[in-house]
Amino acid sequence: MAHFTKATSLHDWLNQRLAIDTLRRVLATEYWIPKNINFLWAMGMVLAITFGLLLISGIFLLMYYQPNVNLAFDSVNYTIMQEVGYGWLWRHVHGVAASVVFLVIYIHMFTGIYYGSYKNGREIIWLSGMLLFVAFSAEAFSGYMLPWGQMSYWAGMVITNLFSGGSLHADGLVEWIRGDYVPAQAFLNRFFMLHVLLIPLVILGLIGLHFGALRIPHVNNQDGEEIDFDAEAKKYLSGDKAGSKVIRFANDFMSKDMMVVGIYLIFFFYLVFYHYDFAMDPVNFDPANGLKTPTHIYPEWYFLWSYEILRPFSTNVGLIAFAFAQVIFFMLPFLDRSPNAVPASRRGLFKYWFWAMLIDMIILTAMGKVPPEGLFSTIGLYAALTFIGLWIALPFITKFEKKV
Amino acid sequence: MKNSSRRGFMGKAFGAVAGVGAVASLYAMKRTWDPLPSVKAAGFTTLDMSAYKENELVTEKWRGKPIFVLKQNAEMVKKAQANPKDMERLIKIGNDYFMVCVGLCTHLGCIPGYNPDEQSFLCACHGGMYDFTAEVTKAPPPRGLDIPPFKIDGMKIVLGEEGPEYKKMLETGVTLKV
Ligand code: FES
Repeated sequence: MAHFTKATSLHDWLNQRLAIDTLRRVLATEYWIPKNINFLWAMGMVLAITFGLLLISGIFLLMYYQPNVNLAFDSVNYTIMQEVGYGWLWRHVHGVAASVVFLVIYIHMFTGIYYGSYKNGREIIWLSGMLLFVAFSAEAFSGYMLPWGQMSYWAGMVITNLFSGGSLHADGLVEWIRGDYVPAQAFLNRFFMLHVLLIPLVILGLIGLHFGALRIPHVNNQDGEEIDFDAEAKKYLSGDKAGSKVIRFANDFMSKDMMVVGIYLIFFFYLVFYHYDFAMDPVNFDPANGLKTPTHIYPEWYFLWSYEILRPFSTNVGLIAFAFAQVIFFMLPFLDRSPNAVPASRRGLFKYWFWAMLIDMIILTAMGKVPPEGLFSTIGLYAALTFIGLWIALPFITKFEKKV
Repeated sequence: MKNSSRRGFMGKAFGAVAGVGAVASLYAMKRTWDPLPSVKAAGFTTLDMSAYKENELVTEKWRGKPIFVLKQNAEMVKKAQANPKDMERLIKIGNDYFMVCVGLCTHLGCIPGYNPDEQSFLCACHGGMYDFTAEVTKAPPPRGLDIPPFKIDGMKIVLGEEGPEYKKMLETGVTLKV
Protein backbone atom coordinates (compact mmCIF):
# COMPACT_ATOMS: atom_id res chain seq x y z
CA MET A 1 0.00 0.00 0.00
CA ALA A 2 1.08 3.48 -0.68
CA HIS A 3 2.47 5.43 2.22
CA PHE A 4 0.08 8.04 3.56
CA THR A 5 1.22 10.96 5.65
CA LYS A 6 -0.88 13.19 7.81
CA ALA A 7 -2.60 15.57 5.44
CA THR A 8 -1.69 19.24 5.63
CA SER A 9 -4.87 20.37 3.85
CA LEU A 10 -7.96 19.04 2.17
CA HIS A 11 -6.13 19.37 -1.13
CA ASP A 12 -3.25 17.30 0.18
CA TRP A 13 -5.64 14.74 1.64
CA LEU A 14 -7.36 14.30 -1.70
CA ASN A 15 -4.09 14.40 -3.58
CA GLN A 16 -2.70 11.48 -1.61
CA ARG A 17 -5.78 9.42 -2.36
CA LEU A 18 -6.83 10.55 -5.83
CA ALA A 19 -3.71 12.05 -7.37
CA ILE A 20 -5.70 15.13 -8.34
CA ASP A 21 -2.57 17.13 -9.15
CA THR A 22 -1.41 14.53 -11.67
CA LEU A 23 -4.88 14.35 -13.12
CA ARG A 24 -5.07 18.09 -13.54
CA ARG A 25 -1.67 18.15 -15.17
CA VAL A 26 -2.53 15.43 -17.67
CA LEU A 27 -5.96 16.75 -18.51
CA ALA A 28 -5.49 20.48 -18.30
CA THR A 29 -2.33 22.35 -17.45
CA GLU A 30 0.07 20.18 -19.44
CA TYR A 31 -2.27 19.22 -22.19
CA TRP A 32 -0.73 21.19 -25.04
CA ILE A 33 -2.66 23.03 -27.71
CA PRO A 34 -1.06 24.72 -30.74
CA LYS A 35 -1.29 28.49 -30.74
CA ASN A 36 -2.30 28.91 -34.35
CA ILE A 37 -5.82 27.58 -34.32
CA ASN A 38 -8.93 29.60 -34.94
CA PHE A 39 -12.42 29.66 -33.50
CA LEU A 40 -13.46 26.65 -35.58
CA TRP A 41 -11.45 24.51 -33.20
CA ALA A 42 -13.76 25.54 -30.39
CA MET A 43 -16.58 23.52 -31.92
CA GLY A 44 -15.53 20.48 -29.90
CA MET A 45 -16.16 22.39 -26.71
CA VAL A 46 -19.38 23.83 -28.12
CA LEU A 47 -20.51 20.27 -28.80
CA ALA A 48 -19.58 19.11 -25.33
CA ILE A 49 -21.59 21.96 -23.83
CA THR A 50 -24.56 21.25 -26.10
CA PHE A 51 -24.47 17.61 -25.14
CA GLY A 52 -24.53 18.71 -21.50
CA LEU A 53 -27.60 20.86 -22.21
CA LEU A 54 -29.31 17.91 -23.88
CA LEU A 55 -28.53 15.66 -20.94
CA ILE A 56 -29.80 18.07 -18.31
CA SER A 57 -32.95 19.14 -20.16
CA GLY A 58 -33.57 15.46 -20.99
CA ILE A 59 -33.45 14.49 -17.33
CA PHE A 60 -36.14 17.03 -16.51
CA LEU A 61 -38.34 15.93 -19.42
CA LEU A 62 -37.93 12.33 -18.34
CA MET A 63 -39.67 13.06 -15.07
CA TYR A 64 -43.00 13.72 -16.76
CA TYR A 65 -42.82 11.94 -20.08
CA GLN A 66 -45.00 8.81 -20.41
CA PRO A 67 -43.74 6.12 -22.79
CA ASN A 68 -47.22 4.88 -23.61
CA VAL A 69 -48.91 5.16 -27.00
CA ASN A 70 -52.07 6.59 -25.42
CA LEU A 71 -50.38 9.01 -23.08
CA ALA A 72 -47.13 10.04 -24.74
CA PHE A 73 -48.56 12.78 -26.96
CA ASP A 74 -50.42 14.51 -24.13
CA SER A 75 -47.61 14.08 -21.65
CA VAL A 76 -45.41 16.11 -23.96
CA ASN A 77 -47.85 18.58 -25.45
CA TYR A 78 -50.06 19.11 -22.48
CA THR A 79 -48.40 18.06 -19.21
CA ILE A 80 -44.89 19.23 -19.93
CA MET A 81 -45.85 22.26 -22.00
CA GLN A 82 -48.75 23.53 -19.90
CA GLU A 83 -48.69 22.10 -16.42
CA VAL A 84 -45.12 21.51 -15.37
CA GLY A 85 -43.50 24.71 -14.12
CA TYR A 86 -40.94 25.70 -16.75
CA GLY A 87 -41.56 22.41 -18.53
CA TRP A 88 -41.69 24.37 -21.79
CA LEU A 89 -38.16 25.59 -21.12
CA TRP A 90 -36.72 22.08 -20.91
CA ARG A 91 -38.60 21.01 -23.98
CA HIS A 92 -37.46 23.99 -26.01
CA VAL A 93 -33.87 23.61 -24.81
CA HIS A 94 -33.99 19.91 -25.67
CA GLY A 95 -35.60 20.43 -29.06
CA VAL A 96 -33.38 23.32 -30.12
CA ALA A 97 -30.21 21.62 -28.85
CA ALA A 98 -31.10 18.43 -30.72
CA SER A 99 -31.26 20.42 -33.94
CA VAL A 100 -28.36 22.80 -33.36
CA VAL A 101 -26.07 19.99 -32.24
CA PHE A 102 -26.13 18.70 -35.81
CA LEU A 103 -25.32 22.11 -37.23
CA VAL A 104 -22.25 22.23 -34.99
CA ILE A 105 -21.33 18.62 -35.78
CA TYR A 106 -21.39 19.44 -39.49
CA ILE A 107 -19.22 22.53 -38.93
CA HIS A 108 -16.85 20.42 -36.85
CA MET A 109 -16.72 17.74 -39.54
CA PHE A 110 -16.13 20.11 -42.40
CA THR A 111 -13.48 21.94 -40.40
CA GLY A 112 -11.72 18.59 -40.03
CA ILE A 113 -12.06 17.91 -43.74
CA TYR A 114 -10.86 21.37 -44.76
CA TYR A 115 -7.73 21.26 -42.60
CA GLY A 116 -7.00 17.58 -43.25
CA SER A 117 -7.32 16.76 -39.56
CA TYR A 118 -8.16 13.14 -40.31
CA LYS A 119 -4.77 12.33 -41.82
CA ASN A 120 -1.38 11.04 -40.78
CA GLY A 121 -1.94 9.56 -37.37
CA ARG A 122 -5.26 11.24 -36.70
CA GLU A 123 -7.37 8.53 -38.34
CA ILE A 124 -8.82 7.27 -35.06
CA ILE A 125 -9.95 10.78 -34.17
CA TRP A 126 -11.86 10.88 -37.45
CA LEU A 127 -13.29 7.37 -37.10
CA SER A 128 -14.40 7.87 -33.51
CA GLY A 129 -15.91 11.19 -34.55
CA MET A 130 -17.87 9.50 -37.33
CA LEU A 131 -19.05 6.83 -34.87
CA LEU A 132 -20.23 9.68 -32.68
CA PHE A 133 -22.10 11.13 -35.63
CA VAL A 134 -23.87 7.80 -36.15
CA ALA A 135 -24.65 7.52 -32.44
CA PHE A 136 -26.05 11.05 -32.42
CA SER A 137 -28.17 10.23 -35.47
CA ALA A 138 -29.60 7.17 -33.71
CA GLU A 139 -30.17 9.27 -30.61
CA ALA A 140 -31.96 11.96 -32.62
CA PHE A 141 -34.11 9.44 -34.45
CA SER A 142 -35.14 7.56 -31.30
CA GLY A 143 -35.91 10.85 -29.57
CA TYR A 144 -38.02 12.01 -32.50
CA MET A 145 -40.28 8.98 -31.94
CA LEU A 146 -41.12 9.82 -28.37
CA PRO A 147 -43.77 12.58 -28.68
CA TRP A 148 -45.75 10.03 -30.77
CA GLY A 149 -47.05 12.59 -33.23
CA GLN A 150 -47.78 11.99 -36.90
CA MET A 151 -44.21 12.61 -38.08
CA SER A 152 -42.87 10.47 -35.25
CA TYR A 153 -45.05 7.58 -36.25
CA TRP A 154 -44.40 7.80 -39.96
CA ALA A 155 -40.70 8.44 -39.58
CA GLY A 156 -40.65 5.28 -37.45
CA MET A 157 -42.56 3.42 -40.14
CA VAL A 158 -40.38 4.56 -43.02
CA ILE A 159 -37.01 4.23 -41.31
CA THR A 160 -37.69 0.77 -39.90
CA ASN A 161 -38.90 -0.31 -43.35
CA LEU A 162 -35.43 0.47 -44.68
CA PHE A 163 -34.27 -2.61 -42.79
CA SER A 164 -36.32 -4.90 -45.00
CA GLY A 165 -33.46 -4.37 -47.45
CA GLY A 166 -35.59 -3.68 -50.53
CA SER A 167 -35.92 -6.84 -52.58
CA LEU A 168 -34.56 -8.97 -49.75
CA HIS A 169 -38.00 -8.64 -48.11
CA ALA A 170 -36.64 -9.11 -44.63
CA ASP A 171 -40.07 -8.23 -43.21
CA GLY A 172 -39.43 -10.55 -40.28
CA LEU A 173 -36.45 -8.41 -39.35
CA VAL A 174 -38.55 -5.25 -39.54
CA GLU A 175 -41.23 -6.80 -37.32
CA TRP A 176 -38.53 -7.94 -34.94
CA ILE A 177 -37.11 -4.44 -34.68
CA ARG A 178 -40.58 -3.03 -34.05
CA GLY A 179 -41.82 -5.82 -31.83
CA ASP A 180 -45.10 -5.54 -33.73
CA TYR A 181 -46.43 -5.41 -37.26
CA VAL A 182 -46.46 -1.64 -37.15
CA PRO A 183 -44.92 0.90 -34.78
CA ALA A 184 -46.90 0.39 -31.57
CA GLN A 185 -46.40 0.07 -27.83
CA ALA A 186 -43.44 -2.32 -27.96
CA PHE A 187 -41.79 -0.02 -30.48
CA LEU A 188 -42.28 3.09 -28.36
CA ASN A 189 -40.93 1.40 -25.24
CA ARG A 190 -37.82 0.07 -26.84
CA PHE A 191 -36.98 3.32 -28.55
CA PHE A 192 -37.55 5.08 -25.26
CA MET A 193 -35.02 2.73 -23.66
CA LEU A 194 -32.56 3.34 -26.49
CA HIS A 195 -32.99 7.09 -26.25
CA VAL A 196 -32.59 7.50 -22.51
CA LEU A 197 -30.14 4.76 -21.67
CA LEU A 198 -28.34 2.66 -24.23
CA ILE A 199 -27.41 5.23 -26.87
CA PRO A 200 -26.41 7.90 -24.33
CA LEU A 201 -24.08 5.34 -22.73
CA VAL A 202 -22.58 4.59 -26.11
CA ILE A 203 -22.18 8.32 -26.78
CA LEU A 204 -20.41 8.88 -23.47
CA GLY A 205 -18.04 6.00 -24.22
CA LEU A 206 -17.35 7.35 -27.69
CA ILE A 207 -16.71 10.86 -26.38
CA GLY A 208 -14.09 9.30 -24.10
CA LEU A 209 -12.53 7.52 -27.06
CA HIS A 210 -12.66 10.65 -29.23
CA PHE A 211 -10.84 12.71 -26.58
CA GLY A 212 -8.38 9.91 -25.88
CA ALA A 213 -7.58 9.64 -29.57
CA LEU A 214 -6.37 13.26 -29.50
CA ARG A 215 -3.77 12.64 -26.81
CA ILE A 216 -0.96 11.23 -28.90
CA PRO A 217 -1.30 12.81 -32.36
CA HIS A 218 -2.45 16.07 -30.72
CA VAL A 219 -4.76 18.55 -32.27
CA ASN A 220 -4.02 19.75 -35.81
CA ASN A 221 -3.47 23.44 -36.54
CA GLN A 222 -4.41 26.08 -39.06
CA ASP A 223 -1.27 25.70 -41.18
CA GLY A 224 -1.01 21.94 -41.00
CA GLU A 225 2.39 22.50 -39.43
CA GLU A 226 4.02 19.50 -37.78
CA ILE A 227 4.79 20.63 -34.28
CA ASP A 228 7.20 18.81 -31.97
CA PHE A 229 4.94 19.01 -28.95
CA ASP A 230 7.54 17.75 -26.47
CA ALA A 231 10.13 20.31 -27.49
CA GLU A 232 7.60 23.14 -27.60
CA ALA A 233 6.16 22.16 -24.22
CA LYS A 234 9.66 22.21 -22.72
CA LYS A 235 10.20 25.67 -24.14
CA TYR A 236 6.94 26.83 -22.61
CA LEU A 237 7.68 25.33 -19.21
CA SER A 238 11.15 26.85 -19.15
CA GLY A 239 9.54 30.25 -19.39
CA ASP A 240 9.73 31.02 -23.11
CA LYS A 241 5.97 31.36 -23.47
CA ALA A 242 6.15 33.75 -26.38
CA GLY A 243 8.57 31.61 -28.36
CA SER A 244 6.74 28.34 -27.79
CA LYS A 245 4.27 27.21 -30.41
CA VAL A 246 1.96 25.69 -27.85
CA ILE A 247 -0.08 26.81 -24.88
CA ARG A 248 -1.73 25.04 -22.01
CA PHE A 249 -5.25 23.75 -22.57
CA ALA A 250 -6.30 25.20 -19.22
CA ASN A 251 -6.70 27.96 -18.58
CA ASP A 252 -5.00 29.48 -21.60
CA PHE A 253 -6.77 27.88 -24.51
CA MET A 254 -9.91 27.37 -22.47
CA SER A 255 -10.35 31.11 -22.17
CA LYS A 256 -10.59 31.38 -25.96
CA ASP A 257 -12.80 28.29 -26.15
CA MET A 258 -15.16 29.66 -23.57
CA MET A 259 -15.36 32.99 -25.35
CA VAL A 260 -16.72 31.15 -28.39
CA VAL A 261 -19.00 29.08 -26.18
CA GLY A 262 -20.33 32.28 -24.64
CA ILE A 263 -21.24 33.77 -28.02
CA TYR A 264 -22.74 30.45 -29.05
CA LEU A 265 -24.88 30.27 -25.93
CA ILE A 266 -26.31 33.73 -26.59
CA PHE A 267 -27.31 32.56 -30.07
CA PHE A 268 -28.60 29.27 -28.62
CA PHE A 269 -30.84 30.84 -26.02
CA TYR A 270 -32.04 33.41 -28.53
CA LEU A 271 -33.35 30.42 -30.51
CA VAL A 272 -34.76 28.76 -27.40
CA PHE A 273 -36.75 31.81 -26.39
CA TYR A 274 -37.70 33.36 -29.71
CA HIS A 275 -37.41 30.75 -32.46
CA TYR A 276 -37.84 27.37 -30.83
CA ASP A 277 -40.38 26.43 -33.50
CA PHE A 278 -37.70 26.04 -36.18
CA ALA A 279 -36.81 22.74 -34.52
CA MET A 280 -40.39 21.50 -34.31
CA ASP A 281 -42.35 20.15 -37.22
CA PRO A 282 -45.99 21.31 -37.31
CA VAL A 283 -47.11 17.85 -38.47
CA ASN A 284 -45.85 16.41 -35.22
CA PHE A 285 -48.48 18.37 -33.36
CA ASP A 286 -51.08 15.93 -34.70
CA PRO A 287 -51.28 12.73 -32.66
CA ALA A 288 -49.96 9.59 -34.38
CA ASN A 289 -52.47 7.98 -36.72
CA GLY A 290 -51.57 4.66 -38.31
CA LEU A 291 -54.33 4.99 -40.88
CA LYS A 292 -53.34 8.32 -42.35
CA THR A 293 -50.01 9.36 -43.84
CA PRO A 294 -49.09 13.04 -43.84
CA THR A 295 -49.08 14.24 -47.43
CA HIS A 296 -45.41 15.06 -47.45
CA ILE A 297 -42.94 13.14 -45.34
CA TYR A 298 -39.44 14.41 -44.77
CA PRO A 299 -36.95 13.98 -41.98
CA GLU A 300 -35.41 16.69 -39.84
CA TRP A 301 -33.14 19.04 -41.77
CA TYR A 302 -29.95 17.31 -40.71
CA PHE A 303 -30.92 14.04 -42.38
CA LEU A 304 -32.24 15.61 -45.58
CA TRP A 305 -29.05 15.19 -47.61
CA SER A 306 -28.84 11.44 -47.09
CA TYR A 307 -32.59 11.11 -47.53
CA GLU A 308 -32.33 12.88 -50.86
CA ILE A 309 -29.63 10.47 -51.98
CA LEU A 310 -32.11 7.65 -51.44
CA ARG A 311 -35.07 9.26 -53.08
CA PRO A 312 -34.42 9.63 -56.80
CA PHE A 313 -33.60 5.94 -57.34
CA SER A 314 -35.68 2.76 -57.41
CA THR A 315 -35.86 0.89 -54.11
CA ASN A 316 -32.76 -1.27 -54.33
CA VAL A 317 -30.47 1.24 -55.96
CA GLY A 318 -31.81 3.85 -53.56
CA LEU A 319 -30.98 1.69 -50.57
CA ILE A 320 -27.48 1.04 -51.84
CA ALA A 321 -26.93 4.75 -52.49
CA PHE A 322 -28.24 5.51 -49.02
CA ALA A 323 -25.97 2.93 -47.39
CA PHE A 324 -23.09 4.38 -49.41
CA ALA A 325 -23.82 7.86 -48.08
CA GLN A 326 -23.90 6.55 -44.52
CA VAL A 327 -20.53 4.82 -44.54
CA ILE A 328 -18.45 6.70 -47.08
CA PHE A 329 -17.35 9.47 -44.71
CA PHE A 330 -15.73 6.81 -42.54
CA MET A 331 -13.45 6.00 -45.45
CA LEU A 332 -12.20 9.55 -45.90
CA PRO A 333 -8.75 9.06 -44.29
CA PHE A 334 -8.12 6.09 -46.57
CA LEU A 335 -9.55 7.51 -49.78
CA ASP A 336 -7.53 10.71 -49.49
CA ARG A 337 -4.23 9.48 -50.83
CA SER A 338 -2.28 12.72 -50.61
CA PRO A 339 0.54 13.03 -48.07
CA ASN A 340 -0.49 16.58 -47.15
CA ALA A 341 -2.35 17.46 -43.98
CA VAL A 342 -2.66 21.13 -44.81
CA PRO A 343 -5.63 23.43 -45.43
CA ALA A 344 -7.55 22.63 -48.61
CA SER A 345 -6.65 26.04 -50.04
CA ARG A 346 -3.00 24.97 -50.30
CA ARG A 347 -3.73 21.64 -51.91
CA GLY A 348 -4.35 20.72 -55.53
CA LEU A 349 -7.71 19.63 -56.88
CA PHE A 350 -8.81 18.78 -53.37
CA LYS A 351 -9.53 22.47 -52.89
CA TYR A 352 -12.32 22.22 -55.49
CA TRP A 353 -13.39 18.82 -54.21
CA PHE A 354 -13.99 20.26 -50.76
CA TRP A 355 -16.19 23.12 -51.92
CA ALA A 356 -18.00 20.93 -54.45
CA MET A 357 -18.83 18.44 -51.70
CA LEU A 358 -20.03 21.15 -49.36
CA ILE A 359 -22.22 22.81 -51.99
CA ASP A 360 -23.54 19.47 -53.20
CA MET A 361 -24.62 18.56 -49.70
CA ILE A 362 -26.37 21.89 -49.30
CA ILE A 363 -28.22 21.30 -52.59
CA LEU A 364 -29.16 17.78 -51.48
CA THR A 365 -30.46 19.20 -48.22
CA ALA A 366 -32.59 21.77 -50.01
CA MET A 367 -33.95 19.23 -52.51
CA GLY A 368 -34.71 16.76 -49.71
CA LYS A 369 -37.11 19.29 -48.23
CA VAL A 370 -39.20 20.02 -51.30
CA PRO A 371 -41.71 17.55 -52.78
CA PRO A 372 -40.16 15.08 -55.22
CA GLU A 373 -41.63 16.53 -58.38
CA GLY A 374 -40.53 17.82 -61.73
CA LEU A 375 -37.41 19.96 -61.77
CA PHE A 376 -36.69 19.27 -58.12
CA SER A 377 -36.39 15.52 -58.63
CA THR A 378 -34.06 16.14 -61.57
CA ILE A 379 -31.82 18.43 -59.53
CA GLY A 380 -31.96 15.90 -56.70
CA LEU A 381 -30.94 13.09 -59.01
CA TYR A 382 -27.95 14.99 -60.37
CA ALA A 383 -26.90 16.12 -56.92
CA ALA A 384 -27.04 12.51 -55.70
CA LEU A 385 -24.98 11.34 -58.65
CA THR A 386 -22.52 14.16 -58.05
CA PHE A 387 -22.14 13.08 -54.45
CA ILE A 388 -21.28 9.53 -55.44
CA GLY A 389 -19.05 10.72 -58.27
CA LEU A 390 -17.07 13.02 -56.00
CA TRP A 391 -16.26 10.17 -53.65
CA ILE A 392 -15.19 7.94 -56.50
CA ALA A 393 -12.97 10.71 -57.83
CA LEU A 394 -11.35 11.46 -54.49
CA PRO A 395 -8.57 8.80 -54.48
CA PHE A 396 -7.58 9.74 -58.02
CA ILE A 397 -7.38 13.48 -57.58
CA THR A 398 -5.50 13.19 -54.30
CA LYS A 399 -3.06 10.59 -55.54
CA PHE A 400 -1.34 13.02 -57.86
CA GLU A 401 -1.12 15.80 -55.36
CA LYS A 402 2.40 17.09 -54.87
CA LYS A 403 3.85 17.20 -51.39
CA VAL A 404 3.82 20.77 -50.07
CA MET B 1 5.95 -24.53 -17.08
CA LYS B 2 3.60 -26.71 -15.11
CA ASN B 3 2.00 -23.64 -13.65
CA SER B 4 1.62 -21.83 -16.90
CA SER B 5 -0.05 -24.80 -18.57
CA ARG B 6 -2.39 -25.01 -15.62
CA ARG B 7 -3.16 -21.34 -16.08
CA GLY B 8 -3.63 -21.94 -19.77
CA PHE B 9 -6.11 -24.67 -19.02
CA MET B 10 -8.00 -22.44 -16.61
CA GLY B 11 -8.09 -19.71 -19.21
CA LYS B 12 -9.51 -22.02 -21.82
CA ALA B 13 -12.03 -23.49 -19.39
CA PHE B 14 -13.19 -20.00 -18.47
CA GLY B 15 -13.37 -19.08 -22.14
CA ALA B 16 -15.63 -22.05 -22.80
CA VAL B 17 -17.97 -21.22 -19.92
CA ALA B 18 -18.10 -17.56 -20.93
CA GLY B 19 -18.72 -18.51 -24.54
CA VAL B 20 -21.70 -20.68 -23.66
CA GLY B 21 -23.01 -17.92 -21.43
CA ALA B 22 -22.58 -15.30 -24.12
CA VAL B 23 -24.44 -17.34 -26.76
CA ALA B 24 -27.23 -18.14 -24.31
CA SER B 25 -27.67 -14.53 -23.29
CA LEU B 26 -27.62 -13.32 -26.89
CA TYR B 27 -30.41 -15.78 -27.64
CA ALA B 28 -32.38 -14.55 -24.64
CA MET B 29 -31.88 -10.95 -25.77
CA LYS B 30 -33.04 -11.77 -29.27
CA ARG B 31 -36.18 -13.47 -27.92
CA THR B 32 -36.94 -10.58 -25.58
CA TRP B 33 -36.91 -8.25 -28.56
CA ASP B 34 -39.39 -10.52 -30.48
CA PRO B 35 -43.05 -9.47 -30.84
CA LEU B 36 -45.17 -10.67 -27.91
CA PRO B 37 -47.44 -13.72 -28.37
CA SER B 38 -50.45 -11.50 -27.67
CA VAL B 39 -49.43 -9.23 -30.54
CA LYS B 40 -49.08 -12.19 -32.86
CA ALA B 41 -52.36 -13.78 -31.77
CA ALA B 42 -54.52 -10.70 -32.27
CA GLY B 43 -54.14 -10.97 -36.00
CA PHE B 44 -57.62 -11.74 -37.41
CA THR B 45 -60.24 -9.39 -38.84
CA THR B 46 -63.53 -10.32 -40.50
CA LEU B 47 -64.97 -8.08 -43.22
CA ASP B 48 -68.54 -8.24 -44.52
CA MET B 49 -68.10 -7.70 -48.23
CA SER B 50 -71.77 -6.96 -48.98
CA ALA B 51 -71.49 -3.54 -47.36
CA TYR B 52 -69.12 -1.82 -49.78
CA LYS B 53 -70.00 0.60 -52.57
CA GLU B 54 -68.51 0.59 -56.04
CA ASN B 55 -65.38 2.63 -56.69
CA GLU B 56 -65.32 3.94 -53.15
CA LEU B 57 -62.17 3.20 -51.23
CA VAL B 58 -62.71 2.04 -47.64
CA THR B 59 -59.84 1.66 -45.22
CA GLU B 60 -60.14 -1.13 -42.70
CA LYS B 61 -57.61 -2.13 -40.07
CA TRP B 62 -55.79 -5.41 -39.64
CA ARG B 63 -52.77 -5.97 -37.40
CA GLY B 64 -52.56 -2.22 -36.99
CA LYS B 65 -52.11 -1.82 -40.73
CA PRO B 66 -54.55 -0.06 -43.02
CA ILE B 67 -56.36 -2.43 -45.39
CA PHE B 68 -57.77 -0.98 -48.62
CA VAL B 69 -61.04 -2.42 -49.88
CA LEU B 70 -62.20 -1.24 -53.28
CA LYS B 71 -65.30 -2.74 -54.88
CA GLN B 72 -64.78 -2.68 -58.62
CA ASN B 73 -67.44 -1.22 -60.86
CA ALA B 74 -68.33 -2.63 -64.25
CA GLU B 75 -65.92 -0.39 -66.10
CA MET B 76 -63.02 -1.42 -63.90
CA VAL B 77 -63.80 -5.11 -64.23
CA LYS B 78 -63.83 -4.70 -67.99
CA LYS B 79 -60.49 -2.94 -67.90
CA ALA B 80 -59.09 -5.66 -65.65
CA GLN B 81 -60.37 -8.44 -67.86
CA ALA B 82 -58.34 -7.02 -70.69
CA ASN B 83 -55.22 -7.43 -68.60
CA PRO B 84 -54.84 -10.85 -66.94
CA LYS B 85 -52.24 -9.52 -64.54
CA ASP B 86 -54.80 -7.14 -63.10
CA MET B 87 -57.51 -9.78 -62.97
CA GLU B 88 -55.37 -12.09 -60.88
CA ARG B 89 -55.20 -9.47 -58.15
CA LEU B 90 -58.96 -9.24 -57.68
CA ILE B 91 -60.98 -11.34 -55.27
CA LYS B 92 -64.36 -12.62 -56.44
CA ILE B 93 -67.07 -12.70 -53.83
CA GLY B 94 -70.56 -13.61 -54.99
CA ASN B 95 -70.80 -11.79 -58.31
CA ASP B 96 -68.58 -8.91 -57.31
CA TYR B 97 -64.89 -8.27 -57.67
CA PHE B 98 -62.85 -6.66 -54.93
CA MET B 99 -59.41 -5.29 -54.59
CA VAL B 100 -58.26 -5.97 -51.03
CA CYS B 101 -54.72 -5.07 -50.06
CA VAL B 102 -52.46 -3.68 -47.40
CA GLY B 103 -52.57 0.08 -47.80
CA LEU B 104 -48.87 0.57 -47.22
CA CYS B 105 -46.69 1.54 -50.14
CA THR B 106 -44.32 -1.28 -51.04
CA HIS B 107 -41.56 1.30 -51.28
CA LEU B 108 -41.18 2.57 -47.74
CA GLY B 109 -44.58 2.13 -46.22
CA CYS B 110 -46.48 5.40 -46.66
CA ILE B 111 -50.23 5.23 -47.27
CA PRO B 112 -51.09 6.02 -50.90
CA GLY B 113 -54.17 8.15 -51.58
CA TYR B 114 -56.95 7.06 -53.95
CA ASN B 115 -58.32 9.25 -56.70
CA PRO B 116 -61.72 7.79 -57.71
CA ASP B 117 -61.92 9.82 -60.92
CA GLU B 118 -58.65 8.56 -62.30
CA GLN B 119 -59.07 5.25 -60.53
CA SER B 120 -55.48 5.26 -59.37
CA PHE B 121 -53.41 5.61 -56.23
CA LEU B 122 -50.66 8.13 -55.65
CA CYS B 123 -48.08 7.72 -52.91
CA ALA B 124 -47.07 11.25 -52.05
CA CYS B 125 -43.88 10.25 -50.26
CA HIS B 126 -41.77 9.55 -53.30
CA GLY B 127 -44.28 9.78 -56.06
CA GLY B 128 -45.14 6.09 -56.54
CA MET B 129 -48.37 5.24 -58.41
CA TYR B 130 -50.74 2.25 -58.57
CA ASP B 131 -53.78 1.41 -60.66
CA PHE B 132 -57.25 0.40 -59.39
CA THR B 133 -56.11 -3.17 -58.69
CA ALA B 134 -53.19 -1.68 -56.75
CA GLU B 135 -50.70 -2.92 -59.33
CA VAL B 136 -47.75 -0.57 -59.49
CA THR B 137 -47.66 1.76 -62.48
CA LYS B 138 -44.88 4.16 -61.52
CA ALA B 139 -41.66 3.53 -59.54
CA PRO B 140 -40.11 3.74 -56.93
CA PRO B 141 -42.42 1.06 -55.46
CA PRO B 142 -41.05 -2.29 -56.66
CA ARG B 143 -44.39 -4.12 -56.83
CA GLY B 144 -48.11 -3.71 -56.39
CA LEU B 145 -49.60 -3.37 -52.94
CA ASP B 146 -49.42 -6.63 -51.01
CA ILE B 147 -52.55 -8.69 -50.51
CA PRO B 148 -53.11 -9.82 -46.93
CA PRO B 149 -53.79 -13.50 -46.19
CA PHE B 150 -57.55 -14.03 -46.55
CA LYS B 151 -60.14 -16.77 -46.50
CA ILE B 152 -63.48 -16.43 -48.23
CA ASP B 153 -66.44 -17.39 -46.10
CA GLY B 154 -69.69 -16.78 -48.00
CA MET B 155 -70.06 -13.02 -48.31
CA LYS B 156 -67.38 -12.48 -45.67
CA ILE B 157 -63.65 -12.71 -45.74
CA VAL B 158 -61.37 -13.37 -42.78
CA LEU B 159 -58.06 -11.56 -42.89
CA GLY B 160 -55.16 -13.43 -41.28
CA GLU B 161 -56.28 -16.89 -42.41
CA GLU B 162 -54.89 -18.41 -45.56
CA GLY B 163 -57.64 -19.73 -47.83
CA PRO B 164 -57.04 -21.60 -51.11
CA GLU B 165 -57.51 -18.45 -53.22
CA TYR B 166 -54.82 -16.68 -51.26
CA LYS B 167 -52.45 -19.64 -51.44
CA LYS B 168 -52.83 -19.63 -55.18
CA MET B 169 -51.90 -15.95 -55.29
CA LEU B 170 -48.78 -16.71 -53.31
CA GLU B 171 -47.84 -19.53 -55.67
CA THR B 172 -48.32 -17.50 -58.81
CA GLY B 173 -46.42 -14.61 -57.29
CA VAL B 174 -49.31 -12.14 -57.42
CA THR B 175 -48.43 -11.09 -53.90
CA LEU B 176 -45.76 -11.63 -51.31
CA LYS B 177 -46.40 -12.96 -47.85
CA VAL B 178 -47.12 -10.14 -45.43
S1 FES C 1 -43.19 5.17 -49.68
FE1 FES C 1 -44.50 5.25 -51.39
S2 FES C 1 -43.25 6.01 -52.94
FE2 FES C 1 -41.87 5.83 -51.24
